[in-house]
Amino acid sequence: MATAADQQADPLERFRQEARAWLAENFPPSLRGKDNAMSAVEGPGDQSEDEARWQQAMGAKGWGVPTWPKQYGGGGLSRAEARVLQEEMARAGAWNPIGGMGVMMFGPTLLEYGSEEQKLEHIPRIADGTVRWCQGYSEPGAGSDLAALQMFAEDAGDHYVVNGQKTWTSGGQWADKCFALVRTDRSHKHAGISFLLIDMDSPGVEVKPIRLISGASPFCETFFTDVKVPKRNLVGREGQGWEIGTRLLQHERTSLSGGGSTGRMMGGEPISAVAKKYRGVDAEGRLDDADLRMRLVRHEMDARAFALTLRRAALEAKSNAGPSAASSIMKNVGARVTQDRAELAVEIMGMQGLGWEGEGFTEAELTQTRTWLWGKAVSIYGGSTEIQNNVIAKRILGMTEAG
Amino acid sequence: MAVLNDEQVMLRDMAREWADNEQPVAAFRKLRNAAPSEGYDREAWSTIGQMGWAGIVVPEEYGGSAFGYLSLGLVVEQLGRNLVASPLASTAVAAGAIILGEDEAVKAEWLPRIAAGEVVATLAIDEGPHHGGVAASITRVGNGRLTGTKQFVAEGDGAQLFVVSAQDGMYLVAGDEGVTRSSRRMADSRSHAEVRFEDAPAVRLGGPELAGKVVDRAAAITAAEMLGMAEQAFAMTNDYLKTRVQFGQKLSTFQALQHRMARMLTELELMRSVVEAALEAIDAGRSDVDQAVSLAKAVAGETLRLVSRETVQLHGGIGMTDEHDAGFYLKRSAVLEAMWGNAAYHRERFARLNGY
Repeated sequence: MATAADQQADPLERFRQEARAWLAENFPPSLRGKDNAMSAVEGPGDQSEDEARWQQAMGAKGWGVPTWPKQYGGGGLSRAEARVLQEEMARAGAWNPIGGMGVMMFGPTLLEYGSEEQKLEHIPRIADGTVRWCQGYSEPGAGSDLAALQMFAEDAGDHYVVNGQKTWTSGGQWADKCFALVRTDRSHKHAGISFLLIDMDSPGVEVKPIRLISGASPFCETFFTDVKVPKRNLVGREGQGWEIGTRLLQHERTSLSGGGSTGRMMGGEPISAVAKKYRGVDAEGRLDDADLRMRLVRHEMDARAFALTLRRAALEAKSNAGPSAASSIMKNVGARVTQDRAELAVEIMGMQGLGWEGEGFTEAELTQTRTWLWGKAVSIYGGSTEIQNNVIAKRILGMTEAG
Repeated sequence: MAVLNDEQVMLRDMAREWADNEQPVAAFRKLRNAAPSEGYDREAWSTIGQMGWAGIVVPEEYGGSAFGYLSLGLVVEQLGRNLVASPLASTAVAAGAIILGEDEAVKAEWLPRIAAGEVVATLAIDEGPHHGGVAASITRVGNGRLTGTKQFVAEGDGAQLFVVSAQDGMYLVAGDEGVTRSSRRMADSRSHAEVRFEDAPAVRLGGPELAGKVVDRAAAITAAEMLGMAEQAFAMTNDYLKTRVQFGQKLSTFQALQHRMARMLTELELMRSVVEAALEAIDAGRSDVDQAVSLAKAVAGETLRLVSRETVQLHGGIGMTDEHDAGFYLKRSAVLEAMWGNAAYHRERFARLNGY
C-alpha cells in the first residue's frame, strides 16, 4: 500500500537515481576516499589531473554548494535533495572538492547582504572553486575583543585607502581575496566598523605566514599599507560591518562545529579497532586497558550525542533562515570532541603517536601528531571556547555582567 | 614543599639560578632549531657535571654526594621549569641502577665517571611504544652477550652506557660493540632512539626485581621534571593573564579565568605533595615505594596535562604559535606522560597494590 510518505519520497528517489548516475559518470574512482582533511591547514597541494577534473565537474554542476541559488552558480537543490546528494556521495566514496572560507562563511553572508552586482561577481567563482578567500578579522590587539579593531579605511572619493594589520588571516598566503572588517569611523566602537572586500594582489598588501605548534602555517600576519580599495567593494553600508561580520561568525561557528562528529580516526578506521591494534585485547577480545576502554566509550558517547544534536539542530533550522545562537554550543562541543579524540589517539599510540618526522613512524602516525597539535587551535580560532560561553550566557541565558 | 635541609635548599636555589640565567627556554629553542645529533646541549651538560649533579645519588666512596632522590628531584624540577635539554635525569637514574646492582667492579669503574659528568648513561627497558605494554621483554643474554631491541630510549642517541632489562634481569652494556642506534624524531625535539643490541657484551647487575626498583626511580624523577614544567607553565600563564588586555581590562580580572587559575593552583599543590612523597619514600627505603610512585606519576600526568593544555588555551592565538613557548610544554608533557607508564597505567598498578 502506497502511503503519503512514499509518494512524497518519489521525486527524491528520482533525484537519488540522477545523482547516482552523475557521480558514476563524473567522479574519478582513483579519488575514492582520498579527501585530504588537513588541506585547509597545510595548504592546497598540487592537484592531480583527476582532482582538477573532479573539481571542474562539481564546480560546473554547482553541487559543491548544493543549496545555493542556481543563478549564482549554486546547485539550487532543496535541503532534502542536498542530503540525498551527500548520502550518494558517501556511497560512492566521493568528497566535495569545493570548500574553504568562501563556501563556509563568506558566500552565505554575501548572499544575504551583498548587492546583486557583488553576488554576480563573487558567488559563481566561489561555487566553482576558482577564487580563494581569506578572513581579515583579528588584529594583534583585537582577538577575543574583535570590535577593538583599528585597521582604518579612509574615504578617498571613489575608493578607500586602507592601513593597518590583520593577524590569524586564515590561508592568507594562498588567498586571492580577503573579506575584512575595517574601521571607517574612530568615534564609535561597533558602529564605526565596515565590511570590505580586498584583492590580495593589491599593491601594499604583505603576507607573512605564522608557524604553529604543529609546524604548519595555516594563518598569516597580513600588513596593509596605503592599499586602494574601490568603493564598490564595500558590503552593506558604512558602519554595518559589525552586523555583517558577526552574522558571518555564526556561519563560521556552524561550519567549524562539524569536525568532531564521528568516532573515527585519520584513515577512517574506528577508534576501537585502532586501540585494539596498538594496545591488545584480553581473553574475551575486549580492549586490554580497562581504564582507557571506559574513557574511549565515554568519548564515543559524547561524539554520538554531538552528532545527534547536529542532526536535531539541522532539522529544527529548516524553518529558520540561517544559523541561530545555538551555533555557539555546537562549536564548543565540536572542539571538545575533536580535542578529546586526538588526546585519546595519542594515548592509544603511546610514544608511537608522538612522532615528529623521520624513520620509525608510519605516515598515519605522523599525521596523528599534527592532528593532535593542530586540534589545540580549534577551541581558540573562530571565537574561543570562552567567547562562545559568553555568547551562550548573554544571548541565550540573558545573563548580564557584574557592575 | 618538603622540609629541606640546608644542603638541599642550597642545591635547589643553585639549580634554579643556573637554569634561569644560563638555560632559559630560549636555550632549548636554540637547541631545537640546531638539532644536534646527540640531542642535548654539550656545554650545559659539562657544567652540570662540574656542579656534581650527575652524582647526587652516587655514594661518596664513588665520588658522589649521596644526597639522595629528593635532592636529585629538586634539581630535575628546576631544569624542567625551563625545559633544559640535558641527559641528567636519565644518567642519574641509570647510576641508581648500578648502585642498587650487585657488581662491585662495575660500580668502581663507572660510578666515579658518571658522578663527574664524563659519561651519559640511560635506561633501555621498553620494547614497544607503551611502558609495560603487551609485548613482554624478549631480550635475552647468553655467555655474557645481550640481544634485543629497545624502543624510545631517552638519550639513546648520545648515551655511552645502557642499563638494559632482559628476561632474567638487568644488565649493563657499555660502548658500541653490538649496539645500533636509530634516532626517533619526536614532538618534544629531545633525544629518543631505538637501540638494537646484537650479542653486545653485557655485565649482570641484578635480577628482574631490580628492574622494578629502577623503573620506580625513573618514574619518580620524571614526575619531578613534570612538576617543574607544570609550575613554570602555570606561572607563565598567570603572568600573561595579568598583562593581556581585552574588552578594556586585563584578562586576570575575569572571574571565570580566575577560577580556572585557582583550580590549577590547587592541583599543583597536590602534585607537589605526591611527587615529593615518592622521592622521600625512595630515600627512606620504605616498602611502599611502588604505590607512592604510582600515585605520584598518575597525579603528575593528570595535572601536567591540565596545566599544559590550559596554558595553550589561556594564551589564545599566541599560544598556538611556534614562536611562543607554550607548545614546547605541551609537546614535552605528552612524551613524559607516556614515559614509564601513563596515568591509566599507574592507576591500574595502584589499584592492584591496594587490593582493588
